[in-house]
Amino acid sequence: MKRMSFVQALNDALDIMMAEDERVFLLGEDIGHMGGDFGVTRGLFTKYGGERVRDTPLSEAAIIGTAVGAAMVGMRPVPEIMFADFLGTCYDQIVNNAAKMHYMFDGQFKAPIVIRTAAGGGFGGGPHHSQSVEGWFMNVPGLVIVGPSTPQDAKGMLIACIENDNPVLFLEHKALYRVRGDVDEGKFSVPLRKAHIAREGTDVTIVASMKMTHEALAAAEELAAENISVEVVDLRTLRPWDTQTVLESVAKTGRAIVANEAPKMGGLGSDVSATIAEECFSHLKAPVKRVCGLDTPIPFSVPLEKVILPNKDDIKKAVQDTLAH
Amino acid sequence: MAGPNKETLLDWYRQMVLIRDFEETCYQLYQEKRITGVYLHLYSGHEAIGVAAVANMHIGKDHIITAYRDHGIALALGVDAKPVMAEMMGKSTGTSGGKGGSMHIASKNHNFWGGYAIVGGHLPLAAGIALEAQYNNTGAAVISFIGDGATNNGYFHETLNMAGAWKLPVVWIIENNGYGMGTDIDIAAGNPILHQRALGYGIKDMERVDGQDVFKMYDTVQHAMEHARNGHGSVLIEAITYRYRGHGVSDKQYDTRMADELAEWKANKDPITLLRSKLVERYKNVEHDLSKLEADAKKAVAESVEFAENSPLPDTLEYLMSNIYVGQG
Repeated sequence: MKRMSFVQALNDALDIMMAEDERVFLLGEDIGHMGGDFGVTRGLFTKYGGERVRDTPLSEAAIIGTAVGAAMVGMRPVPEIMFADFLGTCYDQIVNNAAKMHYMFDGQFKAPIVIRTAAGGGFGGGPHHSQSVEGWFMNVPGLVIVGPSTPQDAKGMLIACIENDNPVLFLEHKALYRVRGDVDEGKFSVPLRKAHIAREGTDVTIVASMKMTHEALAAAEELAAENISVEVVDLRTLRPWDTQTVLESVAKTGRAIVANEAPKMGGLGSDVSATIAEECFSHLKAPVKRVCGLDTPIPFSVPLEKVILPNKDDIKKAVQDTLAH
Repeated sequence: MAGPNKETLLDWYRQMVLIRDFEETCYQLYQEKRITGVYLHLYSGHEAIGVAAVANMHIGKDHIITAYRDHGIALALGVDAKPVMAEMMGKSTGTSGGKGGSMHIASKNHNFWGGYAIVGGHLPLAAGIALEAQYNNTGAAVISFIGDGATNNGYFHETLNMAGAWKLPVVWIIENNGYGMGTDIDIAAGNPILHQRALGYGIKDMERVDGQDVFKMYDTVQHAMEHARNGHGSVLIEAITYRYRGHGVSDKQYDTRMADELAEWKANKDPITLLRSKLVERYKNVEHDLSKLEADAKKAVAESVEFAENSPLPDTLEYLMSNIYVGQG
């Protein structure tokens, strides 16, 4: 065990995989000389050279498409898209090529790429540097979406993703980059498609991921003082998400809150809450509640942004409302 | 220079008539609703380009990728016509098991990385395939076709720039048939002399070549492949050609709308007729060989139709759901 930040944990995972497997290479904007906008690739350029840690032109569509092409012929590319908001510029490559490659040619090809990207708001980043984008990609069969909440999971899941044969969108919430935690040393992997019970409880289930997991845990801690026992399920893999763990938890508690930073309409929160309603209706003592971002673009002004993004207090209130139902 | 020998030239002729016969049969089957689905993009008129490109490949080592006008490439590479035709009909015996269709033919064994139907979307894939060749120093080159229409979208710019910056071993062949769907390249491009764009990307400009002349095409691609294989980076070729059918066969007004141009190209610039006359001029008594190749092509295509029609339709949920994810679903 070693105490390290989320960024250091990601860096460690990349270092381990690059040392072990020559097919693994990184490409992205300013990931080489500069070490990445958030420092995730720092030191790797010096250690592995510019061929394996490639600074690219500002060409997101070509970055992802090139990664897919290289993956088809046996490489293990880990492209970085600096901000998740920029995924719109390479959306077609992710949705129409990476995610469909295996199916479209009936198994002849595969596209094992891991797209790392910085997501989420809360910093006055403005409308083009703050979004939670998982909802943009929920409707894409063939794609895996991952969003860890702890340094341990960040490292273990990034290793698992690089070893996985499917295309992965790996979301790194910017608010978590400086979060520190205990991380196992050396190579290990945290399984994909498996949620984690971050806190056990009996009265209500909160399904969360990434930064919302921390907000949910903080809410749970305060609610414990009111004798409310909250279970927090950290999804970790957002697509395909672990229905079994979620449904078992809700069957136990009979109440569910789904917390997601993205706008409420048509996102991960919608899918999780709809699935609970469909599959777990007879266990529910109250309607499923969603705690999500407001249905607006994210404004620059911090006081406005604070109104839009869901937090611990919103989750607490939702729990209290659900219990009062 | 000796150039290709008689045997090679006859093989080019074989491929070209096979492609033409296959495509025209597809056209007919589509009218009869024996090929279902809406979209079918035929290679008739373009044959010399695909055949000359494939003739310059070391099959199994070099790579090739294209857009949705992809049947001809598969056939030139030697992919059996039967599974190609089965794919047209959505059968489980098709090259993509009926999941891809006409626009998504591929053959891993031939390093044919597929046909793609988002215009320009396959260009960065070609760059990535070339990156692997460069990274592992395999000495392979990649051939990537580009429709003239695709030169006007962002993929062309982003990818050719990256290929130039990284000296990726790709031979980019623009198949300029004059129209992006129905829109004339002259009104779609600020500068319709497409090969000149190479200058902006720092890649070798091999200028315009007559895409109906298989000899000229062959020589041009040969030089281009040498350039790419020898570590000098990408090459851009603009092959001038013509489409005998609409963008897709669903364009029912095509023959009427384009009647004059079509007649002109078919009469004077047909790639198969041009090769045939060269062969007749060059080799005594070659007519018999040519007739036999034409008959063989008809037979092979007829057999492919029989195979495809007798193949089962994929019909189980299990089959439908397979290969969405690699491994665990």
